[in-house]
Amino acid sequence: MRWRTDPLLVVEHLTMRFGGLVAINNLSFDVGRGDITALIGPNGAGKTTVFNCVTGFYKPTEGRLALARGGGASVAEIEALTRSARRGATTEKGELYLLERMPGNQIAWRAKVARTFQNIRLFQGMTVLENLMIAHHNTLMLASGFTFLGLVGAPSYRAAEKRAVDRAKYWLDKIGLVDRADDPAGELPYGAQRRLEIARAMCTDPALLCLDEPAAGLNPRESGELNALLHLIRGEHQTSILLIEHDMAVVMQISDHIVVLDYGEKIADGTPDEVRNDPNVIAAYLGVSDEAELADAEAEIGA
Amino acid sequence: MTAITQPIAHVADSAALSVRLKEAAATAAVTVLLCVPIILFHANADINNVLHAIPRPWAVAIFAFLAFFGRLAVSNAAAKREARPESGFAAAVRQASAKYLPGIGLAALFLYPFVLMTLLGSGGSLKWVDSYGIQILIYVMLGWGLNIVVGLAGLLDLGYVAFYAVGAYSYALLATHFGWSFWICLPLAGMLAALWGVMLGFPVLRLRGDYLAIVTLAFGEIIRSVLVNWVPFTGGGAGIASIPKITFFGLRFASGPDGFDAFFHFAYSPLHGRMFLYYLILCLALITNLVSMRLRRLPIGRAWEALREDEIACRSLGVNTTNTKLTAFALGAFFGGLAGSFFAVRQGFISPESFNFMESATILAIVVLGGMGSQIGVALAATFLIGGFELLRELDFLRAVMSNGAGIAALCVGVATFGVIRSRRLAAQATLALVCLVFAARAFHWAPDALFDVFAMPDFDPAQYRGLLFGLAMVVMMVVRPRGFVATRAPSIFLKERKVVSGALVGEGRG
Repeated sequence: MRWRTDPLLVVEHLTMRFGGLVAINNLSFDVGRGDITALIGPNGAGKTTVFNCVTGFYKPTEGRLALARGGGASVAEIEALTRSARRGATTEKGELYLLERMPGNQIAWRAKVARTFQNIRLFQGMTVLENLMIAHHNTLMLASGFTFLGLVGAPSYRAAEKRAVDRAKYWLDKIGLVDRADDPAGELPYGAQRRLEIARAMCTDPALLCLDEPAAGLNPRESGELNALLHLIRGEHQTSILLIEHDMAVVMQISDHIVVLDYGEKIADGTPDEVRNDPNVIAAYLGVSDEAELADAEAEIGA
Repeated sequence: MTAITQPIAHVADSAALSVRLKEAAATAAVTVLLCVPIILFHANADINNVLHAIPRPWAVAIFAFLAFFGRLAVSNAAAKREARPESGFAAAVRQASAKYLPGIGLAALFLYPFVLMTLLGSGGSLKWVDSYGIQILIYVMLGWGLNIVVGLAGLLDLGYVAFYAVGAYSYALLATHFGWSFWICLPLAGMLAALWGVMLGFPVLRLRGDYLAIVTLAFGEIIRSVLVNWVPFTGGGAGIASIPKITFFGLRFASGPDGFDAFFHFAYSPLHGRMFLYYLILCLALITNLVSMRLRRLPIGRAWEALREDEIACRSLGVNTTNTKLTAFALGAFFGGLAGSFFAVRQGFISPESFNFMESATILAIVVLGGMGSQIGVALAATFLIGGFELLRELDFLRAVMSNGAGIAALCVGVATFGVIRSRRLAAQATLALVCLVFAARAFHWAPDALFDVFAMPDFDPAQYRGLLFGLAMVVMMVVRPRGFVATRAPSIFLKERKVVSGALVGEGRG
């Protein structure tokens, strides 16, 4: 129930229209700090659109996405920031950001939201290690004095680069790819590419990690490894996870909180047990199994 | 095992032969169809300005012959391609050359003018230092500059020559109007070009692929049009003449008592000025190379390459793609501007003619031919293309061979040999022997001269075949090595060992 008491991300009245098409309609939900939150729903329900709004790839038509890093923010603080024209502010317990006002790269760097993609987006022609180094881009840019210090080989930059490599090594160890660090990412098997994409996102040291169908195309053993990895991320790194997933076994097993979307609207929101028994969810997933409606239909055709 | 496979292979071969013959016949037929409207009739105006169509059936026949056997030769070459294991010696040579080649190449480049001077004397080596050394190095530098934009950041730029022009005109105008020294103008020209790079960058940030290419192409043309039409400022199509020459700490490279040679008590030679320019462009090119090699290992360079691979993933990792693209444009333009200002001081005269689209295309061809993103590949491609163009001017013996018919006859014999004989080594030996025979036959009149007259090209000039050979070289290269001379990418950082990345995995960039 952490999403009710200590939310990391508060999504309120989120609406996304593409011309006449309403992809998300007045959606509100909270992502709890330290929770694994699953976003589920039938195809075309608008799950990836929510992701794109949270990570800054789309600018929402309406709504507020308030992310409070550190120890949470009070309602008064959120309101104060909303009235100002600023994108973020330091609060009593941490930092507060309004994601709908920020471009994607700022969301990743300032608000610390990282993501993976439904169709894997690795830098195929770069090595595994290079992929992870890109995740340290902003830190290293600062350390290299916007390239000028790095160009003359300043020791402070070299130290920063070494720290970044060490961090990359740590994650390579966690995903079991240390031996393939110098191989091009495009040559890795599919499951390893999925894990590498998660590791790359984790190298940005995120507060919120958004995973778009991380278990798609994985075999049962790889799915198991993924579960372990997600638990490690949540347990040891205080990173909250928001994930889209179709594999209900995975969803029910690992998530603390499930939000169900259908046609761009929220139809259920709660713990796995609550959602599993929700009649709306069953109807959305299995089609209508209503006795009364069946009777209506029979009456209509005169059977 | 061999006993079983042999007959099958034989059957497959003979079956393939009829297919190959059919293909060759079809190619020849298409060639004849194409040649009839294009080369069958030679239009010639006589003294009274009356046009005569002179039929040239032999020319069509020669083309058809070449097409038929050329097609056979191509299928022969494609069929017999087996990887031979590399011998230990060859592997050792390859490793040693990879290790020492940069050092040896660098030493050779620095010694090049001196070696020429001792071999050919100061008069004879002038051409080799100037139109080979300096000319090639200018394009090497331009190639390396464009490589940052196209090869690393994956932004297709068809208007690179605009920055070259900005650099050249910056120096020319500042020097002729205000009398500023080249050494002050050189960095200024670079910075002005970089400024224009950013100005081009801003509006095109959102464009990708073909759209970006078209806008950069238009940008190049806009700059050229401005140079042509803004007559009071740029001198228009007449250009800017008498641009001050380069000086060595204030000493002019001239024959007077205050010149460079008099100061150092050398005998005056125009070669000294050229040698100084040669070392200057060599240093500028090496600086370009050094900077881009270093940048590749820094976060900015890695971000360029990541941008080429996947822009969306870059944004999701916090990379500011706007700034990253702009720095690539600016830095590429900066080096283009430096090269432009060098061009102006070397030529002493510039006009918009020097900055047309053909230049942009040549520089882009160098980058693509070299292998996108590869420094050594770009240098090789520039040497090959620009040096090749210049070499065509030297091939006067070809004029004699072509005009008496022996050249084309030898070409026909060679192509036919490669079409008929399937073993490549045997075909090469046979061709060598037959070509010698043809030349001898022509020289000693073994065959009737009328036979050779069929093949004669009386007004042949090798330099006129520049465009044709350029296109042919590009087509052949793209068939044989579609990813350029150097088709692999060296990683910018490694944990245990540096393994090269195959070019097939490396993206070409869509933005």
